[in-house]
Amino acid sequence: MPRMAITVDGVKYEEEVEPRLLLVHLLRERLGKTGTPVGCDTSNCGACTVMLDGKSVKSCSVLAVQADGCDVVTIEGLGANGSMHPMQQAFHEEHALQCGYCTPGMVMAAIDLLRDNPDPSEDAIREGLEGNLCRCTGYCNIVRAVRRGAQEMGQAVRTS
Amino acid sequence: MIPAQFDYVRAGSLGEAVQELAADEDAKVLAGGQSLLPLLRLRLAYPSKLVDVGRLPELTGVHDRGDHVFIGAMATHDEVLRSGVVNADCPLVAQATATVADPAVRHRGTFGGSLAHCDPAGDLPAVVLALEGVFVARSAEGEREIPAAEFFVDYLESALGPGEVLVGVRLPKLGAGWGYHYEKFHRTAQSWATVGVAAAVKRSNGAIEEARIGLTNMGPTPVRARVVETALRGMQMGDDVRRACEEAAAGTSPPSDLHAQPDYRRHLARVLTHRAILHAAGSP
Repeated sequence: MPRMAITVDGVKYEEEVEPRLLLVHLLRERLGKTGTPVGCDTSNCGACTVMLDGKSVKSCSVLAVQADGCDVVTIEGLGANGSMHPMQQAFHEEHALQCGYCTPGMVMAAIDLLRDNPDPSEDAIREGLEGNLCRCTGYCNIVRAVRRGAQEMGQAVRTS
Repeated sequence: MIPAQFDYVRAGSLGEAVQELAADEDAKVLAGGQSLLPLLRLRLAYPSKLVDVGRLPELTGVHDRGDHVFIGAMATHDEVLRSGVVNADCPLVAQATATVADPAVRHRGTFGGSLAHCDPAGDLPAVVLALEGVFVARSAEGEREIPAAEFFVDYLESALGPGEVLVGVRLPKLGAGWGYHYEKFHRTAQSWATVGVAAAVKRSNGAIEEARIGLTNMGPTPVRARVVETALRGMQMGDDVRRACEEAAAGTSPPSDLHAQPDYRRHLARVLTHRAILHAAGSP
């Protein structure tokens, strides 16, 4: 079996993996990172979105071996010192979730969106999150949360 | 679902990749995997081996080559969208790429992968067909060039041979006077095109000097709307253009699926072609 090295949420791992093992299954079943859920399985819903070398990807559509040598950040790697990331906090404050299944992917996609556009309009948010489906909220609170998270993150950058 | 078992090799060079493919007729090229991996997961494909070409430097990057742009097969949609030369000289490619799937898929999915996959609902084949791009492929026998008009053979079937890898695509810079538009109709934000129209229009003294129109999902392969192209030549903008676009579906054989029946696709082709021409000609 191929051997691979991967950094997940700041920790280095070396694993022997079957070629057909998907990144999301490596994360959940081998490394215990169950914060990243499996949703649709076919790259439609975005629930399994993680950062791969700094860019959002759907981890159900990446083979673990393709991530050999890469750096992955999951929803579990966002918070620091026991406190939530500003985007997670904004989702909490704005009630941007009901069942919560899509939330890890939504938060990762939202943070990815801000790389290019630190202060996105409502339209830009809706477009930026087009690959992430929520079947509970109707998206309104999610969009509000991303606006708020963006403001908080902008604030954090300015005061740091 | 979990894919069936397969062997995996990450090719260290293009030469190694074509050797691996030539040695096993059931081996398949793995690029970004955004079409292939869902197919494996749904157990619609059973390759014996995946030859990963995703990290081959020979296939990466977007290059300004003077009179043309060369897009490496492994350039991701995201790289293509961020490319200055694509936006300046092949804006039709940028417009269509922006409609492909969603940002996370565009981070992984590749320009060459989506072309070689030959999905008739994919957006890029009609664009490369309209721009008359040239595909560059490598096999153990060497390199060959395939004009876009010969590359799309059938449903999910390209002109690439079993031991051949797409290196990249040469797209001519059409130069001054040309306008472009990709018009896509789909039912939800990230879904495939029900029908798409890629249009490039050159105007001189107000009239249309030349129009090139590629149709997405109007048959098993992308097709040119030749009847409309011929009719538009020399035409002034106005009602005649709309009438000319009525022939957009001529000679096509659109599929029937849960998104649309053929007659509805023919209707879309006519309407979307008119819109695309108006936008490309700069007078929407």
